[in-house]
Amino acid sequence: MRAFLPIVAVLSAFFATGPLNAAESPAASSRRWFDSGKLLATSGVTQIEGAGGGGLAAWALIAGYGTRDSIGLAAHASYVHLSDYDLWSPGLAIGLFDRVELSYARHIFDTRVVGKRLRLGEGFKVDQDIFGAKIKLIGDVVYDQDRWWLPQIAIGMQYKRNDESTRVKLIGARSGDGIDYYISATKLFLAQGVLLNVTLRETRANQFGLLGFGGSKNGGYSTQVESSVAFLISRKLALGGEYRTKPNNLRIAREDDAWTVFAAYFFNKHLAVTAAYTDLGNILFEDNQRGLYLSVQIGI
Amino acid sequence: MRRILRVLLLAGSAVTASLGIAAASEDPLYTSLGGREGIVAIVDQATANFLADGRIKNSFDNANIDQFKGLLTDQLCAVSGGPCVYKGRDMHVAHKGLHLTNYDFNALVEDLQDAMDSCQLPLGVQSRLLARLAPMQRQTVTK
Repeated sequence: MRAFLPIVAVLSAFFATGPLNAAESPAASSRRWFDSGKLLATSGVTQIEGAGGGGLAAWALIAGYGTRDSIGLAAHASYVHLSDYDLWSPGLAIGLFDRVELSYARHIFDTRVVGKRLRLGEGFKVDQDIFGAKIKLIGDVVYDQDRWWLPQIAIGMQYKRNDESTRVKLIGARSGDGIDYYISATKLFLAQGVLLNVTLRETRANQFGLLGFGGSKNGGYSTQVESSVAFLISRKLALGGEYRTKPNNLRIAREDDAWTVFAAYFFNKHLAVTAAYTDLGNILFEDNQRGLYLSVQIGI
Repeated sequence: MRRILRVLLLAGSAVTASLGIAAASEDPLYTSLGGREGIVAIVDQATANFLADGRIKNSFDNANIDQFKGLLTDQLCAVSGGPCVYKGRDMHVAHKGLHLTNYDFNALVEDLQDAMDSCQLPLGVQSRLLARLAPMQRQTVTK
């Protein structure tokens, strides 16, 4: 949380000084710091590690509603309530000129009663910071409707730093921090109202990094896949599902793939709510970690 | 690796399925828009929205609105597979002097969506028309 505050302060200062009130000026003649000029829902929402995307998967979309001449912001708070664990995550993403995305998310993972069994204490929390960067390479998710073969493509990375580096090593992780690298392809078939995404991720993270990085079964990177499908039900509502494979590095506990089915509702360009049912499989000694995912996003 | 293949296969079949939906709904868009009459109604409402929209109304300062409506009607008719020919200037030439941005283009799209909502067109029909207009961003946005 401490790392989160300076970012908010800097951005609000920037926000306050920008020439915000350029309304009613001749088209295209004045520059707006925050134009909220993208079409509704085309910013996506915020995925669990803080990048613009779906719920589980990072997408090639750049967070926020700024067009290529402007800047967008998206702040989110997400909550995952599983059978034996809870995860809280606040975060912030900034989209620069619809080209570059910088993001930060904090994970607060509550081990509830499992913490007691591990002799860490009931409700012991494992926290981590995730700093993300993404750059859009080619393609436009909205305008390239005549090029079915060209999705919007972006590459990105996420640096994750677990606060419990000593403890995660005790359960077999090789290190307490790590970097994921990914490439995402997001394609909107507007005429059909379908959005598809495929992301390939190079990662060493155990349970998104909450259980450290690497393990005795596999210490290095492996390639994982995230795929998503979303159906646009109205201008404001999207329903869909995502599937994400995960590494299985630790000898002490199996790690399963994760999936979600979600509904994302865009009230307007400043408020979106995502609700999902999610299944993360086994986490540490507890099988069948399923439950509700809820995420609120505000932005510009 | 087998897991990865399974996921890719899933994504692949989703693409195939959505393309299948496209092929099945091949009734001409022009008819779904309500023919010439329907398009005229959309254009009337959309033009009213453009002129009331503080974000883009100034782009129409030097336009002949009746002529604009006629050209837009012909264009939507032609784009949707109707029996019309767009006789206006090349899209790039017509918009070059306006220095439009994506912000302007998207504002216009939103106004058109609102107009189609007013005309009570179903989302599927709206989306099919928008999908054919979206690539025009490349000719009209010059800034």
